[in-house]
Amino acid sequence: MSLSNVFNIAGSAMTAQSMRLNLVASNIANAESSTSSTGEPYRARHAVFTATPVKADVPQVAGVRVTAVEEDTSPFRMKYQPGHPLADENGYVKMSNVNLVEEMADMISASRSYQTNVEIVNTAKTLLQKTLQLGQ
Amino acid sequence: MLNKMSQQLDFLQRSLDLRAARAEVIAGNIANADTPGYKAVDFDFAKALQAQTSQQNGSLGMALTDSRHLNGRGSQAAGGELQYRSAVQRSIDGNSVDMDIERAAYTDNALKYQSTLTFLGRRISGLMDAIKGGQ
Repeated sequence: MSLSNVFNIAGSAMTAQSMRLNLVASNIANAESSTSSTGEPYRARHAVFTATPVKADVPQVAGVRVTAVEEDTSPFRMKYQPGHPLADENGYVKMSNVNLVEEMADMISASRSYQTNVEIVNTAKTLLQKTLQLGQ
Repeated sequence: MLNKMSQQLDFLQRSLDLRAARAEVIAGNIANADTPGYKAVDFDFAKALQAQTSQQNGSLGMALTDSRHLNGRGSQAAGGELQYRSAVQRSIDGNSVDMDIERAAYTDNALKYQSTLTFLGRRISGLMDAIKGGQ
């Protein structure tokens, strides 16, 4: 049943995109975190998507999976705030390296992709229902 | 007689199989719209259907030793030869999925799947009419 595979593929994409959306939420929530459990400021996290074949005989037809969550290695943002308890001798505080503009763009991209996959599932569902009614 | 009936439905059935396979391929492309390095694939529907219908008595078929035997064929994996789509606008991460093209292709494919279903439904009701003799 080829059409049932559409559910697997689009479902995998929805899982991956919602995970990406979760990471965006985490990043935005921690955009102003200057310390964390590691003692360092919060580092932005990004999902790594990898295509995973659904059938062994046709490896090109693939769903998607989040295979890793990578931390952003870009330098921390330095904020001048001499009164802050974490300020260094020059009065700068190390802030997280979350780029809010990037995160917003990422969020829109993830939500659009999620919506598209929902539509794909809906269409496939309609097609299967019509197939079931064939000959009646 | 039965053979004739199955011939009537065979073409449309193969066509439906291929449409479903194509839906799967395009869904894969859309799912991987954000995967770095993923290349969009698709197959030529007309060519694939031609190949499927011309292979009707392919190597997997059962031998017909009597004219009353049913035409038993091994089922082949539906789907044509996958080819990479040439990207109109390349993206820097090596992904060649163009969402507009994929969405259009998916909708087009779904519509044609439904048309084939309608054709098949009509053919079935036509055969039913013939069986019932118009009663």
